[in-house]
Amino acid sequence: MAHHDHAHDDHAHDHDHEHHGPEKGIMRWIKTTNHKDLGTLYLFFAFTMFFIGGLMSLVIRAELFHPGLQFVDPEFFNQMTTMHALVMIFGGVMPAWVGLANWMVPMMIGCSDLALPRINNWGFWILPFAFTMLLGTLFMEGGSPAGGWTMYPPLVLQTGNAFPFLIFAVHLMGISSITGAINVAVTILNMRAPGMSLLKMPLFVWTWLITAYLLIAVMPVLAGAVTMLLTDKYFLTSFFTAAGGGDPVMFQHIFWFFGHPEVYILILPAFGIVSTIIPTFARKALFGYDSMVYAVASIAFLSFIVWAHHMFTVGMPLAGELFFMFATMLIAVPTGVKVFNWVATMWKGSMTFESPMLFALAFVFLFTIGGFSGLMLAITPVDFQYHDTYFVVAHFHYVLVPGAVFAILAGVYYWIPKWTGRMYSEKWGKIHFWLSAIFINITFFPQHFAGLAGMQRRVPDYAVQFVDWNVWSTIGAFGFFLAQFIFIINMLACCYGWFGRKQGLPDRVWEGAHGLEWTVPSPAPYHTFEEPPVVSDNELTAAHDSVDALDHHKLS
Amino acid sequence: MNTGARRSTFKFVLVVAGMFGFGFALVPMYNALCDAIGLNGKVKMQAAVAEPVQVDTSRTVTVQFVTTVNGGKPWQFRAEETSVKVHPGEMRAVKFYARNTENRDLVAQAVPNVAPMEAAKHMRKTDCFCFNQQPFAAGEEKHMPVVFMLDPALPKDVDTVTLSYTFFEVEQVAHQGAPAQPKI
Repeated sequence: MAHHDHAHDDHAHDHDHEHHGPEKGIMRWIKTTNHKDLGTLYLFFAFTMFFIGGLMSLVIRAELFHPGLQFVDPEFFNQMTTMHALVMIFGGVMPAWVGLANWMVPMMIGCSDLALPRINNWGFWILPFAFTMLLGTLFMEGGSPAGGWTMYPPLVLQTGNAFPFLIFAVHLMGISSITGAINVAVTILNMRAPGMSLLKMPLFVWTWLITAYLLIAVMPVLAGAVTMLLTDKYFLTSFFTAAGGGDPVMFQHIFWFFGHPEVYILILPAFGIVSTIIPTFARKALFGYDSMVYAVASIAFLSFIVWAHHMFTVGMPLAGELFFMFATMLIAVPTGVKVFNWVATMWKGSMTFESPMLFALAFVFLFTIGGFSGLMLAITPVDFQYHDTYFVVAHFHYVLVPGAVFAILAGVYYWIPKWTGRMYSEKWGKIHFWLSAIFINITFFPQHFAGLAGMQRRVPDYAVQFVDWNVWSTIGAFGFFLAQFIFIINMLACCYGWFGRKQGLPDRVWEGAHGLEWTVPSPAPYHTFEEPPVVSDNELTAAHDSVDALDHHKLS
Repeated sequence: MNTGARRSTFKFVLVVAGMFGFGFALVPMYNALCDAIGLNGKVKMQAAVAEPVQVDTSRTVTVQFVTTVNGGKPWQFRAEETSVKVHPGEMRAVKFYARNTENRDLVAQAVPNVAPMEAAKHMRKTDCFCFNQQPFAAGEEKHMPVVFMLDPALPKDVDTVTLSYTFFEVEQVAHQGAPAQPKI
């Protein structure tokens, strides 16, 4: 990248060449290659999928409100558990992260757009097709896939007409996330503003870079695994068919070789967001910036060598069980470093509790609970009791909902004033937070007990001793779902200026915020950093409360 | 796009292609691992050479037989003795009984498995009905032999070995072109 020496203010200068504002009408969104437009599209898509996946979870929770069968038949129940997972993981959380990366990564590292803007457009627009195919199976004869999102053979091979739709939908989602990941990684590696060296990048950029590496490494393995399923079903191969000499357990190994890094793909960007928000509202620099980076990198590395902890009960040699148990427990060390650093960042900080901070704090507390139950599951001998029970359901929902989803909500609250130029309603933000935090715990905390007492997952009926826990869980799920509409209305009001919300926020919306995104106007102009900015110490995560940076801050 | 970005895009695309191939490369790697350490109780589908070995009479191991017919077929398939006691190194012959209860001819293939998995590579079979596909006329019944030996290197803590067979109908999974000998 050419280095331009310049002293003038980037965002103030006139665009005298071909640059122009967005096109009008629907074609703006179909043809756009602008990272901000695509970020918006990704986020709208993700929240639409959260809504659809949320409706599916309500079908599950309504059925489990009481023992016995009341609303749906077991086959449809299984379709709901399978589709809920696929929609939430591949349609909700992953596109939400790509959307946030689209919006924020170029603005955080000081470049004008992602490196591959047309690929970016294509990567987004295959998603609606992928999910039309996947959700279309609900209306097919035989219904949607019902063998679980993990697609274990031989069960998944019994899927009816929906089977090829499932496989090709997974292929399309994979292509979309690979293109997104390559785009983000190439941008971060090549297009940083002068002075933005790797170890000065904001944590969200760092976590996304590592997430991109994970995606590039494991999404193709998933594509290979589902291709083998496809050929087993239609082309008489025997990768996983025992009758032909194949081994169904091999699928589980290949799937979880993808699947375990995948769960870190879902959570690492959340670490980045929380590491951005806590320093802002504690008004201190992030504690232990370098150790945060190394911790994320270690977690990413370890994620490749722990996959078999998902299949302890399938059977493996004792040495294998010990290895996967200890390697899994080892992940608690870098994770502990991160939690320690977040707490140390707050130590003696001047904390205030705006909505993004509340969600970030809830993340730290509730994600840690999910981490602890993960540590319990890592212990091989007790995993034989916990495996396939609601304890596992409680564990991964704690890390994914008050973990990943709370971080997405925190990120949207934090940056929506920058995106739209309008402040959200803090009162309704706080109401949304408290309802979410209370209802999510009502939903998932009782599931730990139900699971420890022996309630199986993915079964529409259960023994009567689990009734109380399930009643609580269902009430919590409906409450959480309804509370999210407060958020949606609050955010749409920022987008469209409802309730008389006016633009006119300062560039640095939060006075404790640091980073290049806070040096451009609010709302962020359609094109930012067409000329690379000069990066002052004041905008660096690692350095902004050093003496030099503080002096600079007072002057500016 | 500048050259640096072009070069790293190219590298990442190569990694994607490589990892797609790696997914498939896991298949032979997994099978090699299964051969080497008997992972998942996979046993050899070829006859072992019967070398005379010292029979270890100090140990007695119970060998249990489990039979399954895949896909809910109504065929009868069972071991004629549910379990036998053997000394490691001792050659033993047992018989399995199967009957095609359907009104049509069929070809079946039995797939063996051994538990615990560390016993898999010590299960030596000189003869087994699973080495070949078994044709059954409508209503035909067969008494099929298995001759096996547990080699004396069987780990000391193993006192029970389970040998399981699952019968698959060949036409269901592999049409005429499929090899008679399943790939292991």
